[in-house]
Amino acid sequence: MINSLVSIAFDGLAFAMVLFIISVGLSVTMGLMGFVNLAHGMFAMLGGYIAVSFIRELGVPFLLGAPLGCVAVALISVVLERTLYRRLYGGDELQQVLLTIGLVFMGIAVCTFLWGPLNVQLDVPSYLKGQVDLGFRRFPTYRTFIILVSFAVIIALWYGFERTLLGAKVRAAVDNQRMAETVGINIRRLFTLTFALGSALAALGGALGTEILGLTPTYALEYLVYFLIVVAVGGLGSLRGAFAASLILGVVDTAGKYYLPAFGAFFIFAVTIILLLWRPQGFYAR
Amino acid sequence: MEQPAYQNPLRTGAMRPAELLPWLAAGSGFFLFPDYLQLGAQILIMVLFAMSLDMILGYAGIVSLGHAALFGTGAYTAGILSAHIGWSEPLSGLVIAGLVAGVVGLVCGAVILYTRGLTLLMLTLAVTILLQELANEQEHWTGGDDGLQGVVMQPLFGVFEFDLYGRTAYLYALAVLFVVFLAARAIVNSSFGQSLRGIRENERRMHAIGCPVYRQMLRAYTIAAVMAGVAGALLAQTTEFVALDVLSFERSGDVMIMLILGGTGRLYGAFIGAPLYMILQDQLAKLSPEYWLFGIGALLVATILYAPEGMLGLAERLRAWVRREDS
Repeated sequence: MINSLVSIAFDGLAFAMVLFIISVGLSVTMGLMGFVNLAHGMFAMLGGYIAVSFIRELGVPFLLGAPLGCVAVALISVVLERTLYRRLYGGDELQQVLLTIGLVFMGIAVCTFLWGPLNVQLDVPSYLKGQVDLGFRRFPTYRTFIILVSFAVIIALWYGFERTLLGAKVRAAVDNQRMAETVGINIRRLFTLTFALGSALAALGGALGTEILGLTPTYALEYLVYFLIVVAVGGLGSLRGAFAASLILGVVDTAGKYYLPAFGAFFIFAVTIILLLWRPQGFYAR
Repeated sequence: MEQPAYQNPLRTGAMRPAELLPWLAAGSGFFLFPDYLQLGAQILIMVLFAMSLDMILGYAGIVSLGHAALFGTGAYTAGILSAHIGWSEPLSGLVIAGLVAGVVGLVCGAVILYTRGLTLLMLTLAVTILLQELANEQEHWTGGDDGLQGVVMQPLFGVFEFDLYGRTAYLYALAVLFVVFLAARAIVNSSFGQSLRGIRENERRMHAIGCPVYRQMLRAYTIAAVMAGVAGALLAQTTEFVALDVLSFERSGDVMIMLILGGTGRLYGAFIGAPLYMILQDQLAKLSPEYWLFGIGALLVATILYAPEGMLGLAERLRAWVRREDS
């Protein structure tokens, strides 16, 4: 009993951390520009695929493959932002939804063409396989690795957000865009930068999380709903909110699938509806 | 620019000649493509479904990613009526399904219409997926993943059997579509329809002039729910089967794309978008599903960037341009 509870907490935490790393960029860019970017899941998926290709085809070491995927995805996202997204800033959300859904469809088609419709596995190096003893229990090494990397990312994000000039600018722009512009912050450039960073984080989460989420071309749509829930429940542009929402979602989903697998994703959607009705603007609305 | 003459919105009786075109096309389709009537019936059903989305999206400006919830409710109601209860008379089944979907729409709408933007988007999405999980789990009633089998339809009016070629199905769907369309046309041209447009354009101002915004939106949502339920019931009755995907997120997305391709806020957008989407899908998916997905994605991106008003909006712009060249 205790054993299974610990397992659920551990697996839920690993899942939650992947969710957080992927969703946090979406939360910040949506808070900043109010742009409903449904293609965010596609960036995560691309990160996974590109990392796998670097590692498999080019023989890049595992620890280098994921960062390379991040850089590639960041570049792709900046190109898309400059050419397509930019034209719909301040427009209505329906057009943004549809433009990005169109991009997702094209992305799925391209990924199916390049990598095939079946699940692609990330080859984990031998030192991350097996189990690790944490004193009171043994845990899967790779998932422990995911959690540790995520903690490092969270600390870096927190530092960047709260302690650097760039973070201060982003917070100012999320809070009050006009005022931020008035004091001389270049919102457009700031947005491009955060957009690239957010996409890179999504790619990182996508690459790290393939062991948990799998990697098929429909990934971009399948998990999109999860990322959106994190953003909506957590509140736009809030790191703390995204973190809390990821934790709840990750643990509830893991527990639901463990105890009542017949209900599938029933619980997280029920919880989402309740949370959104309780706090329509999310936990930490700005 | 020439200002359009003011039309009394309450006077809606006469139809302009151009408005007859889609009906002529649908009618002649029956004779021109006798081998494709099953597909034709499904296209007509999706036209009805897209038109119902137009009521809330095009007129009231409610962006919903969960319209399939109401379509699926109608489909399952009609299917379960026949397969489990033995109620196989099509017309009454259609009415009951529409009413059940209307009640579901009223209840859901009463809650979600308090929210806006991303929250509303997520709530509509979550409700759909919740219903789908529920349908998947209640295998005894819905057949779960295998779909609901054993739906049988009595002949329409006791005379016209539902045949394999889909002749009855096509004409049945066309007739229902026409009746619902007339009702929808009267609704959007009424003062109620005008107030919906007002809400879409500027909600705060409508509040300020004393319009009961929430109540009007809820009304529109319920009407759209009935229409979507009827469309779902038509699908269940004409195919004598209900698959789990009637409640899927993909179906909500499909119908929205159809509407956008055709053009929102004019009811007729559905008549362009649904056939375009479904015929393209039928043809391209035969070649390869990737071609289809890439094609529809590119078409969507191009539509948003270059023809945000859809095909009908494009046609209107073209006509205005030709006129200017003439004068």
